[in-house]
Amino acid sequence: MAIDKRVASAAAALADVKDGSTVLISGFGGAGFPNTLIRALREQGAKQLTLVVNSATHRYSLTHLLIESGQVAKVVCSAARGAGKDLSPFEQLWKAGKIELVCLPQGTFSEAIRAGGAGIPAFYTPVGVGTDLASGKEVREFDGREFVLERAIKGDLTLMRADTSDVYGNLTFRYSQANFGPAMATASRCTIAEVRAVESEPIPHTRAQLPGVYVNRVVVEEKPA
Amino acid sequence: MSAKPLNRSQMAWRAAQDITEGQIVNLGLGMPVAVADYLKPGLDVFFQSENGVVGVGPLAAEGQIDTDLVDAGSRRITLRRGATIVDSASSFAMIRGGHIDVTVLGAFEVAANGDLANWDMRVPNKGPLVGGAMDLAACAQAVWVIMEHNTRKGGARLIEACTLPLTAKRCVKRIFTDIAVVDVTPSGFVAREMVEGLSPDELRARTGAAIAIAADCGTIKAPPLADGA
Repeated sequence: MAIDKRVASAAAALADVKDGSTVLISGFGGAGFPNTLIRALREQGAKQLTLVVNSATHRYSLTHLLIESGQVAKVVCSAARGAGKDLSPFEQLWKAGKIELVCLPQGTFSEAIRAGGAGIPAFYTPVGVGTDLASGKEVREFDGREFVLERAIKGDLTLMRADTSDVYGNLTFRYSQANFGPAMATASRCTIAEVRAVESEPIPHTRAQLPGVYVNRVVVEEKPA
Repeated sequence: MSAKPLNRSQMAWRAAQDITEGQIVNLGLGMPVAVADYLKPGLDVFFQSENGVVGVGPLAAEGQIDTDLVDAGSRRITLRRGATIVDSASSFAMIRGGHIDVTVLGAFEVAANGDLANWDMRVPNKGPLVGGAMDLAACAQAVWVIMEHNTRKGGARLIEACTLPLTAKRCVKRIFTDIAVVDVTPSGFVAREMVEGLSPDELRARTGAAIAIAADCGTIKAPPLADGA
């Protein structure tokens, strides 16, 4: 049977998500948020999730829907501060002790995900040495410089956004839409890509930016009702 | 005091004067991004942004906006000639690998040994926000800071040892304040330039650690600019 990774709806693509899953979600600065898939995960209702997402409080992402609905037990991110003086939904739950937080430097966050998808269990980085974010972590000297040992991140599920796909799951991105998506696609057992459109012909290798080998399911964006 | 401090646009202007031809530069959020507006005419420089844009151009005008094209501050931007875009993991590999010539960052405190505190004010009840600050501070070839010389209450920001959480150790090379350009050297702070009318004694009084005055210490000659703060 010919490969065809298209799934009819976001709801169908997310039907098998289990409680306690670790979910990686792409997006940065308003670009590359898989908001159709996030809405569908809200509807699907899986609980006790660990979210691996760059920002726990970004105003353009719908991540807050999952946080407000009480589906999230833990967030791994590089930014957890809401804009303005009022506490964001994440900050309220975090202060109340209802959500666990792991804050990482953004490059450590992205490299941990890349390593997770590349078969590397841990890596040494010069970033964070001597800071609060490295406390309790192993520090080792190489060539006269100190490095901190960071563990890789792997997920059960990645929700990512791309511009187009073909039936093989090969993806293209617009401008800075890619951000964390390509690394996240490699790091989970199941990756679902939300796209603007699925092209009828295979995407030429010169244009494909992420091989479909990392993409399990493709969903076309759905406008909210 | 007779000395007139630089406004925020003039501080950005002064930092921009030290950027040289062909450099790859990353500008932090806030005052540092204004550095791009004041480069010397004709200079060919690539601005890198942590979200993967290599070659950030001017902000997008109304009608030019594309919500998929943003910089690390979520600002809608354009691309310059020759720009490329990579994913976040590749962008931070570029940063960590030492491929950024200069990063210009805001800061709360800089210590005399170059320690930088710029990521967490320990705001009560607010969550942490580190973003790419530690990566840039630890790994750029040169780390420059733009910040006011003193806090609003008059406290020193150039100090013996940081009191706020560190971003990176021994990383800052140069500080552009509203009253001076200060290098961080193996022997501590050295003032390279001061605003007109500022005396060495006044500079020392407003600095929280020993500060030497360079033998050839000059005067900052900033053009009049509207305060961009």
